[in-house]
Amino acid sequence: MGKRVLLIEDEPNIVEAVRYLLTREGWAVDTHSNGATALDAVARRRPDVIVLDAMLPGRSGFDILRDLRTAPDTSAIPVLMLTARGQRRDREMAEAAGASRFMTKPFSNSDIVDCLRELGGHDAA
Amino acid sequence: MSRTPSKRAAGPRIRARRRDLGIRQADLARTLGISASYLNLIEHDHRQVGGKLLSAIAAALDTDSGQLAEGAEGAQLDGLRAAAAQRPPGHQGDPLEDPEAIAARFPGWARLVTDQAARIAGLERALTEMNDRMTHDPFLSESLHDVLSSVTAIRSSSGILMGDGAMDAEWQARFHRNIHEDSQRLTESAQSLVAYLDGAAHPERTPMSPQEEVDAWLAERDFTFPAEGPDPDMAPPDTVGGAARALIADLLDTLRADAAALPADRVADAIARHGTDIPALAGEMGGDLHRLFRRLTLFPGGIGGSRAGLVICDATGVQTFRRPVSGFDLPRFGAGCALWPLYGALAAPAIPLYRQLETVGRTPRRFDAYAVALPHGVATFDTPPVFRSAMLILPARAQAQATLRVGAGCRICPHPDCTVRREPAIVALTG
Repeated sequence: MGKRVLLIEDEPNIVEAVRYLLTREGWAVDTHSNGATALDAVARRRPDVIVLDAMLPGRSGFDILRDLRTAPDTSAIPVLMLTARGQRRDREMAEAAGASRFMTKPFSNSDIVDCLRELGGHDAA
Repeated sequence: MSRTPSKRAAGPRIRARRRDLGIRQADLARTLGISASYLNLIEHDHRQVGGKLLSAIAAALDTDSGQLAEGAEGAQLDGLRAAAAQRPPGHQGDPLEDPEAIAARFPGWARLVTDQAARIAGLERALTEMNDRMTHDPFLSESLHDVLSSVTAIRSSSGILMGDGAMDAEWQARFHRNIHEDSQRLTESAQSLVAYLDGAAHPERTPMSPQEEVDAWLAERDFTFPAEGPDPDMAPPDTVGGAARALIADLLDTLRADAAALPADRVADAIARHGTDIPALAGEMGGDLHRLFRRLTLFPGGIGGSRAGLVICDATGVQTFRRPVSGFDLPRFGAGCALWPLYGALAAPAIPLYRQLETVGRTPRRFDAYAVALPHGVATFDTPPVFRSAMLILPARAQAQATLRVGAGCRICPHPDCTVRREPAIVALTG
């Protein structure tokens, strides 16, 4: 049984590519594209790992991450934060908010696949 | 008391002014109630002159005591003090030679230092603005976000297509289509970015903020506009950036509206009867006091021959209009003095405020300051009114009972025991 990853990202073509890659790696991939309802999606899907974009419509990824970290149910879920701005400030904000990993766009396919493998434990693939 | 060169230089200026007016030394001495030989010593800088006597000489010679005491170096002095305020952090504590001595002995160098300090400050501002723009410009950050998102999708999709491993035709077609879509999107974002940067490159070619460009334009034309207001076909100059052009266009419209509401003959007539009696002028022409302030300040020939200064700021305290008046320093950047009625008026909106001000410094000068904060724009139940404050400054008409000692901003203000000082002065404090 593959592990579940929830991909919270609003760019449909990125979602499609990442979903394809991770599915091929053996992940069960759920996707969600709205920041405002992202926490509900996490509660419903109960993923093992979350890939979270920093800039989402409705709500910032940083805010979502902060809430995830304060709720007991979700505080331990590994989160890979994606951002289109590689600035140090974004990285610091992500770390402060409790991101497990941080990746800037555009990332390579192997980067994200390897990263998820590490976050999810080696048994995912 | 130390004899500084600029004080020494007051004598020749008194002598020159007296001769210009064709007054004999003995006659001036009699008017002043001093002996002619003592006046002679003063004129040859063998005696110091200051305080009451200097004011009396200035009055007798129909000039300003500051002009006699400081002459042209006065302006350089302020510039040098401002330059000293900008010294890098590591050098703030270094002792500086007396700026008065520098300004008097090496006026050319003093001017160079002053001009360079102004330019450095301008460049620093431009840099900060560009930095702010990169960080906060919503268009720029949105466009870059679009570019990066498209590139990410293309990179990922093409990587999938190029990868080994079997892939069914349907998926292959889908990723091809996605790449095509994203490349189109990328083209659009790239093109709009180029267009934006192209357009932005020209207006910002000068290392000045738009407000500074407006100030420079106004100073260049010496704040001169026809009594009937700017001509209908008068347009902002091409030499300034787009943002400054918009500000100037707004200003011209405002001045035209001012002139229409307060016709030239009416203003001229009121000034002829009331002179610099601002309360009387306001009582007669009333209405929008900001309009009246602007109209009076920019009226050709001034207010009965007196040149008035005018500062307008918005609710954040940022100065949006600045017409300096000789002897009353208006800092080029940053806030003024917290004691200015300009700011006090913001705390009591719509209530006109009068204060007599005395500048802090070697040659204190008195000014009448009239300030009022008025709502700008139309307030609604959803939008609170935003206030703007304006302060009209005129050389004092008469000595008021109480005066308020003010400076031109803490860094270059020598007030020794100011209770509202925000930061230490970099100039020597005076009594």
